[in-house]
Amino acid sequence: MADTLHALTALGQAAPQTHQVGPYRIEERFDVALASVAIRKGRAADVTRAAQAAGIPLPEAARFAAGNPYSAFWVAPEMWFVEAPFATHEDIVAAVKPLFGDAASITEQTDAWVRFDLSAPDLGPLMERLCNVDFATAPDGFATRTVIEHIGCYLIRHTAGAVTLYGARSSAKSLLHCLEVTAAAVI
Amino acid sequence: MSQENRISGGQIDRSKTWRFTFDGVSYQGHPGDTLASALLANGVRLMGRSFKYHRPRGPLSAGSEEPNALVQLRSGARQEPNTRATVAELFDGLEATSQNAWPSLKFDAMAINDRLNTFFTAGFYYKTFMWPASFWEKVYEPIIRRAAGLGALTRQEDPDDYDKGFLHCDLLVIGAGPAGLSAALTAGRAGARVILADEDFRMGGRLNAETLEVGGQPGADWALGAVAELSAMPNVRLMTRTTVIGAFDHGIYGAVERVSDHLAVPAKGKPRQTLWRIYSRRAILAGGATERPIAFENNDRPGVMLAGALRAYANRWGVAVGDRVAVFTNNDDGLRSAMDLKARGVDVVAVIDARKDGDLLPGVRHLKGAEVVDTAGRLGLKSVTIRQADGRTETVAATALGVSGGWNPNVNISSHHRSRPVWDEGIQGFVPGEDGPPGLTAAGAAAGVLSTHGALAGGQAQAVAALADLGIAAKAGDLPRAEDAPVSIVPKWYVSGGKGRAWIDPQNDVTLKDVKLAQKENFSSVEHLKRYTTLGMATDQGKTGNVLGLAVMAGLTGKTIPETGTTIYRPPYTPVAMGTLAGRSRGKEFKPFRLTPSHKWAEEQGAVFVEVGMWLRAQWLPRPGETHWRQSVDREVLATRKSVGICDVTTLGKIDIQGTDAAAFLDKVYANNFASLAVGKCRYGLMLREDGIVYDDGTTARMGENEYVMTTTTANAVLVFRNLEYARQVLWPEMDVQLISTTEAWAQFSVAGPNARKLLQKVVDQDISDAAFPYMGAGNITVGGVRARLFRISFSGELAYEIAVPTRYGDALVRRLMEAGQEFDAIVYGTEALGVMRVEKGHVAGNELNGQSTALNMGLGKMVSKKKDSIGMVLSQREGMVDPNGYRLVGVKPVDPKGQLTAGSHFLEHGAAPVIENDGGWLTSKVYSPHLGCDIALGYLKAGDQKIGKRMRAVNLLAKTETEVEIVSPHFFDSEGERLRG
Amino acid sequence: MIINHPILGPRDSQEFVYLGSAELMNRPDGMTTGVEAFHNWLYNRDNPAGEHRELWYHEQGDRSWLVVTRNTVTHEIRSVELARDVAKAMGRTK
Repeated sequence: MADTLHALTALGQAAPQTHQVGPYRIEERFDVALASVAIRKGRAADVTRAAQAAGIPLPEAARFAAGNPYSAFWVAPEMWFVEAPFATHEDIVAAVKPLFGDAASITEQTDAWVRFDLSAPDLGPLMERLCNVDFATAPDGFATRTVIEHIGCYLIRHTAGAVTLYGARSSAKSLLHCLEVTAAAVI
Repeated sequence: MSQENRISGGQIDRSKTWRFTFDGVSYQGHPGDTLASALLANGVRLMGRSFKYHRPRGPLSAGSEEPNALVQLRSGARQEPNTRATVAELFDGLEATSQNAWPSLKFDAMAINDRLNTFFTAGFYYKTFMWPASFWEKVYEPIIRRAAGLGALTRQEDPDDYDKGFLHCDLLVIGAGPAGLSAALTAGRAGARVILADEDFRMGGRLNAETLEVGGQPGADWALGAVAELSAMPNVRLMTRTTVIGAFDHGIYGAVERVSDHLAVPAKGKPRQTLWRIYSRRAILAGGATERPIAFENNDRPGVMLAGALRAYANRWGVAVGDRVAVFTNNDDGLRSAMDLKARGVDVVAVIDARKDGDLLPGVRHLKGAEVVDTAGRLGLKSVTIRQADGRTETVAATALGVSGGWNPNVNISSHHRSRPVWDEGIQGFVPGEDGPPGLTAAGAAAGVLSTHGALAGGQAQAVAALADLGIAAKAGDLPRAEDAPVSIVPKWYVSGGKGRAWIDPQNDVTLKDVKLAQKENFSSVEHLKRYTTLGMATDQGKTGNVLGLAVMAGLTGKTIPETGTTIYRPPYTPVAMGTLAGRSRGKEFKPFRLTPSHKWAEEQGAVFVEVGMWLRAQWLPRPGETHWRQSVDREVLATRKSVGICDVTTLGKIDIQGTDAAAFLDKVYANNFASLAVGKCRYGLMLREDGIVYDDGTTARMGENEYVMTTTTANAVLVFRNLEYARQVLWPEMDVQLISTTEAWAQFSVAGPNARKLLQKVVDQDISDAAFPYMGAGNITVGGVRARLFRISFSGELAYEIAVPTRYGDALVRRLMEAGQEFDAIVYGTEALGVMRVEKGHVAGNELNGQSTALNMGLGKMVSKKKDSIGMVLSQREGMVDPNGYRLVGVKPVDPKGQLTAGSHFLEHGAAPVIENDGGWLTSKVYSPHLGCDIALGYLKAGDQKIGKRMRAVNLLAKTETEVEIVSPHFFDSEGERLRG
Repeated sequence: MIINHPILGPRDSQEFVYLGSAELMNRPDGMTTGVEAFHNWLYNRDNPAGEHRELWYHEQGDRSWLVVTRNTVTHEIRSVELARDVAKAMGRTK
């Protein structure tokens, strides 16, 4: 067997970077594995049971739920993205699939996305420049798909000061650029 | 003398003096000034020239309705034409220049048009530039373009940034005058989420321009207090310098915030302007009203202004526009202007009141039943000629004339959904109609309630009502005491008699005569009047002139004003810069880029990139010594065919399809059979639209019993996914199918060429011999322990594989492949070489998937299975689409190997004229094949399958090329497919 | 416009892709329907000035196809349903 392959972040670096613009911290996360879990027809009860047994939260529509080691957010009717630490769950499909058997369709999503964690005392002024989400009234744990400068993203509001963005990985540089110039405009 | 017209008082900060220039002359002003107020303070009345006649003009108004005082602000790349001096906020060092005048504002050569005015009447363009038609492009248009237009573009790139943003609220209040402030206070105190937006840099609206008291204090002070209370409320957002430009569907409003226009240069990182999209549950239009003029002879001279503007300059900015002022009015508000000016020590020489009845003003010469019949003063008003009630005329020296024809409620926003405003006889003005944007109500002057008390009460009442709709209880508290004078007005639109011109729309130089002529020539509907005379079509959109014009037309046609009606109001309320609408999406940031996993590596190699949708793909990768792209591409093709080449194909769409009905689902969405595909194999599939046209193709691999990986073309990845969701949710909702895009999750490389297997075997961890991994095989493998997928598929016609690893390992994989490939002289090839090889192999791509072609056209007719129901199957069998003599995909070679082919050329028989009747089809894709040593092409040729071996002409009338060609099989290379299976 | 998504609540129509009349849901069975009937289904539809049932796709959202009942004159939206539910209720199967 040949040597293993080295990995690059979505921004083309060996290690993830953190960018600070005024109070806004933009942290690329490279340590989260992601898989989609979709209920197969008529298997909702099986999936719920299996998820409970495995400790995988499957939150209601437009919500994120944290857990250990699995967290999850809703992306579409009967579909969630499940997160787990990359270090222990690099092959997340191999880890999750046995939990659900043939009751769910599981697909690796880890590298389809670039993940940026945004933090600041109040992200409101930044978010209102970025997307049409009513961030101020969105509850903590709100998760939605949205568009940021033409790029489709998932946005998770952990608190008013902490947000996770998943954007198309190939557009990571464009997304970061947008985050940086927009942050500079609101400080 | 500096600021010779500055008088005491006003809301300017006299502790600071700023310098600014107009046409190179330096002047002084203060914070709180507009460019217009500062120029007027310095005795400058002449600020521009009119559009058509180049008449000298000064400001008519003190607000955003301004038609005349249009200037160029700033210099260099930031120079902006057509800026209204009346709303341009003064800053230290401001530079402004006049426009539409040459060689100078005071002497403008084009003012000859003024002398020739009898030629420039309504419909001038339509009548004059009609004949001969051939003159239009070469003669008339250049003349018009040179003569017309106001300011000039810099033709330099705008150095500023523009942002966009999104706001949400319960109640949007448009305008922060007494009505808007009252509404915002009521809603804010009730805890509602409120946005209060005002175009001015100081909230208060007309209260800032009046001496009227509110709650026992000056109105402007009351406004300050209200703003202070509102700014302390966390649920209220105050937006000054923010113009609500339009009402869109379902409570969405557009607003432009001028973030930095009051600064010489925006602060670092800050935008110049922000375009807000405001999502409101309810909205109140409290945009006030605009005074309108009365038309009389020579009513356009600098110094002739709206009476309310004269009063605003005196009260808000401490400026007396003239030392001797006359006022011409048909209503009580004009009297208020006269008395305010008098109270400030201005010499009010006459009040010319069109009304015959009523009390006389104390202490001024108040002429009842009188009218202004003419004015004099070439570059500025010098005198006013008055005709008294008894017919006597007299000329009075005056340097300013205030005109008040009544006030038009600013109904624009309430009419953006085509609602027609309703005529209010009492105020002689249009008020918002009933069928305005749902959720929007009007209050205060915008609703036709012109007293201060009425504004405060209306704002409060509308806020209470709007919030009640939302289930928010707001209290109607005690209102501060304020004047509640009734409106006293008589209709007076124009002064009759006189031979000269009386202006209605001063910016577009539309006069009373033009309206009369339009009526005479039967352009009497308001929409025709507008187009024929250009009334209201200038940058001010007729804010002061439209109602006047249509009232004149009503008089001429004998109809009432409401019968005559208004034109349609459309966004934006005031002009918006194109940059504001574009936001950050311009230049290199017009759209985001998508970078392939090998981008970094390719960049290091000096690759030339091409935009494919949003993707940047390596087009070719030049080696040292290669000076022409063809050298690189030929080398890449030959090296691949000779040994092995690698190409990043990540951009192809990938869709994960799972579920117990996945196989049946694929049979629905692909025209060919997929149910029979074995696990561990892949198959080429053809996707049709329901109309039977092919729209996409790709390979789909069966990775498990109920698991497939579909690939799509790069261009259609999003569309295919959308259509699959449609098929799954809408057409066959009971199918057990789950979909998810994985395009970006996997870095995928094509490894093609006779040595592809040898190279890959060095890299992968499993046996991939032909026996272990046969042609069209698919499976999960590992590369250095990293999970990977391998597909034995070929686009190039070579023994080829596509290998995929999680995207983060893509960069490492291309490096590993190149390292392992050294002994095979492996190369990476770009999209050009990819294109050459696919044409050599006769594969269709974008040029052939042109939205018009069927599988039969592509020579793939047999792939469409009629044994199952798939999308497009039925209609692909329509009579016209199965024509045996229809287009067929063919290969094309020049008869002379040196002959050149041109894509887009049309097939013609020998001797046939190049006319549509003789057209045999066209060349879709052309490349130079280094393998065959000549140009080759694919094309669609009528009955092409019956014409193999035939010689024809390929004619391109645009490129002026003609080549004798031989029609051949589209499979130029390895037509038996032996290499694929090797 | 704002489309009141049955699952996600009010969302800007910019997030959606418009397809056309919900009549398109009545796709005939290709194995038992002739070219002419198929042609009629695909091409011959009403284009009313007034209430119109139409298909929208929440592409920048949860990927739901929706049936939106919208007045084409006023843009008033009277109801929004999940197309999958509508399709099932219509008796569409596999």
